[in-house]
Amino acid sequence: MDFPTFLIQLLNSVQYGLLLFMLAAGLTLIFGIMGVVNLAHGSFYMLGAYLAYAISGQFGSLTVAIIGGTALAVLFGLALEWLLFRHFYQRDHLDQVLLTFGLIYIFEELRSLAWGDDVHSVKIPELLRLSIPLTENLSYPVYRLFIAGLCIALAIGLYLLINKTRLGMKIRAGAFNRDMAEALGVNIKLIHALVFALGVGLAAFAGIIAAPISSVYPNMGSQVLIMCFVVVVIGGIGSVRGALISALLVGLVDTFGKVLLPQMAGMLVYMLMAAVLLWKPEGLFKQ
Amino acid sequence: MSATKSHLEVFPAGVKLVLWLGLLALLAFPFVGTEFYTQMVTRMMIMAIFAMSLDLLQGVTGLVSLGHAAYFGLAGYALAFLTPQSEAVSLWWTLPLSVLAAGAAALVIGFFVVRTHGIYFIMVTMAFAQMVYYVFFDNRALGGSDGLYIYFKPTAQVGSLTLFALDDKVTMYYFTLAMVLLVYLFLRRLLWSPFGRALAGIRVNEHRMRAMGFATFGYKLSAFTLAGALAGLAGYLWGVQTEYINPDLMGFHTSAHAIMMVILGGMGNFAGAIVGAFTFEYLLHVFKDLPYVGEVHLGKHWQLWMGSFIVLVVLFAPRGVLGVVQALTTRGARQQKDGDV
Repeated sequence: MDFPTFLIQLLNSVQYGLLLFMLAAGLTLIFGIMGVVNLAHGSFYMLGAYLAYAISGQFGSLTVAIIGGTALAVLFGLALEWLLFRHFYQRDHLDQVLLTFGLIYIFEELRSLAWGDDVHSVKIPELLRLSIPLTENLSYPVYRLFIAGLCIALAIGLYLLINKTRLGMKIRAGAFNRDMAEALGVNIKLIHALVFALGVGLAAFAGIIAAPISSVYPNMGSQVLIMCFVVVVIGGIGSVRGALISALLVGLVDTFGKVLLPQMAGMLVYMLMAAVLLWKPEGLFKQ
Repeated sequence: MSATKSHLEVFPAGVKLVLWLGLLALLAFPFVGTEFYTQMVTRMMIMAIFAMSLDLLQGVTGLVSLGHAAYFGLAGYALAFLTPQSEAVSLWWTLPLSVLAAGAAALVIGFFVVRTHGIYFIMVTMAFAQMVYYVFFDNRALGGSDGLYIYFKPTAQVGSLTLFALDDKVTMYYFTLAMVLLVYLFLRRLLWSPFGRALAGIRVNEHRMRAMGFATFGYKLSAFTLAGALAGLAGYLWGVQTEYINPDLMGFHTSAHAIMMVILGGMGNFAGAIVGAFTFEYLLHVFKDLPYVGEVHLGKHWQLWMGSFIVLVVLFAPRGVLGVVQALTTRGARQQKDGDV
């Protein structure tokens, strides 16, 4: 593999890893703080992608889709939390699995009723349709760099939110000891609602910005969901830092696996997970 | 955490009566039912074996596996590889080999997954099932995304004499029924054996079991392997009946369906898994068969009805059908109370 090809694959893997992180961060927070297994998290990614398709088709602007779509998803998350999820924080994992599996079916059919079962594409904005030439015939699309940049900005924002703000302190307190935090006057129900909505928002955001390069199709949430599970298992449940590192690792293994070992590319990530499990059954950064 | 739900291990008279009537109905069914429904009930019984195998993990041991379909599918693939395109193969060795293949896979994967707990276990079982899925999906030699055909159904022979052939639909029905009974009696016996009691102990409190000197890892791995092998039996029969196997069968949707069957009937006693499998498969049939209303084909959107049904069951009847039967037959307020979570 010559250097430009290597560079392209490396950039691809980082961009994919960062995108996975957007999903896995919400998933790991919802696991870690509320103790909920959320199989429907992939559906929020799909929701984002279809919102990108619908809104950018309507207004002709991906920026509007990013802002409007994420806002709609956050509202949707708040409603869903209020209506269903908050009643399941104290229930068995088994009940949570079934509830969220039922929701996958429901969301999938609502998507089918609203937008049909065809594959759609979303246009890359004019400004970002450029490519950076690397050699005479190899170049790298600017939009992928734009995705990576947005994800890095959000990751930093998430870090600041959790570690440097008063709200973040309450979130951490709630994750550490729910009853004690509540006794000290933290409105834990509100914190839970906000964390859940944040998770939904991040997943939908990932779906929106990924839509122009991945296209928009039925069942697109399922595959990404299982990848996110792998990321969360490797990183350790509840650890946002672990999710970031393991998402980048998974991105690297998956992207280079497809180039170097195409006949077993699908398996490599899971073998990585198996190796981590042997070494640290609770993930690399279990808190 | 998933273990605290109370279990109905010993059946009250009312439930026993219902089960005996059910068995009589199953014995008589091919004489009264049409061929279509006989095949549908065969399929239900196959899923009942699958659900019972999962119940050993989910209900008895308290391990929620979201990847159980992998072992189901593996045995189906084993049958496909063992069956040549030109002639029927013998049941005597293809059945044990397929079951063994599923059990061996469960042993290897179980070695990794059994060391995890709670949420991790759910996610890791699902991820490994996905890995198995990709092994078959990515390789043309293993059938790829299209899957494999099973050209001939197995026969049971002694010398040159054919005892029975699964080609015949009624024979297949009774063979499957016999397998359901065999697996049920075996698992009920196991439930009350020292091994089964140890598994139930792990469900209730694994730390205490370990403190008492039980090597829980070995117990859980044995349960996982056995459950995988029995899922393989179901997968083998599935392959025989449908004559076709593909990777989608091993996806997490199939695994989640099995979890739903076990929940729907009531966990931890195997009879509930049978009831749940029948109920679930019948509902699936009903939902897929819904008519057109105006422009909209209701049956095409069966996932919407099934999804809503699952959500409603989780919200309002988390102890399943047998739990409801029990509440009705005993009318005790006490049982009702510990059913609420």
